[in-house]
Amino acid sequence: MLETAAYWVIGIGLAFDLFGCIGLVRLPDVYNRAQAATKCVTLGTCMILLGVVLLGFAGGNAPMGVKALLCAAFILLTSPVGAHAICRGAYISGVPLWSGSVEDTFVERAKTIRDEQPKEGPVQGEKA
Amino acid sequence: MNVAFLEPFLYVAMGVLMLGSLLCLYRIGRGPTAPDRTVAIDILGTLMVGFCCVTALWPHNVDAEGIPNFQDYFMTIAIAWALTSFIGTLALAKYLEGRCYDA
Repeated sequence: MLETAAYWVIGIGLAFDLFGCIGLVRLPDVYNRAQAATKCVTLGTCMILLGVVLLGFAGGNAPMGVKALLCAAFILLTSPVGAHAICRGAYISGVPLWSGSVEDTFVERAKTIRDEQPKEGPVQGEKA
Repeated sequence: MNVAFLEPFLYVAMGVLMLGSLLCLYRIGRGPTAPDRTVAIDILGTLMVGFCCVTALWPHNVDAEGIPNFQDYFMTIAIAWALTSFIGTLALAKYLEGRCYDA
């Protein structure tokens, strides 16, 4: 019973992983790619880890299950943060939105952030 | 535990994950801008955790009662990989934010 559930959960997680990677290839710009791929792959990998938890408890290997649970918690916390940081960096470095995008509410804030950045760093080998 | 079903299932799982990794590699190689490549690297790091899970479940040595001996140290590797990949992603994101080129 637990084992069958584990196989189903791992299978659904693999499907999510594959769909996320297809989104990474098919979608038009960085922001679309990041949101599709991050959401799908985070959920997919967490479901694979949940399947490992179930198989670990069913097969009498509880430490493996606990480690997989810990890993799922880490991924749920870190993956959205990483994707958000990449998209923020992409916007501030000036990567354009897709031509079909309809709304952009980050324009002024990004301009402020860009203005606050130092224009030129100290040149190597030269006294600042 | 049904080991006869586990092994072909894991072969299929490995194949699906490899297909996903190939799509990520396509985006890393092709990606028109640097953030595209960075997103693909982040996703590849998360897929590696999935690879670690599949490898941890691989039934190498089955004991007399038919219970496979899982390699649970691969889950430790998965935790370490998730954290390292997160730190690498943050470093690349800070680098992108600082470079301000005109696109």
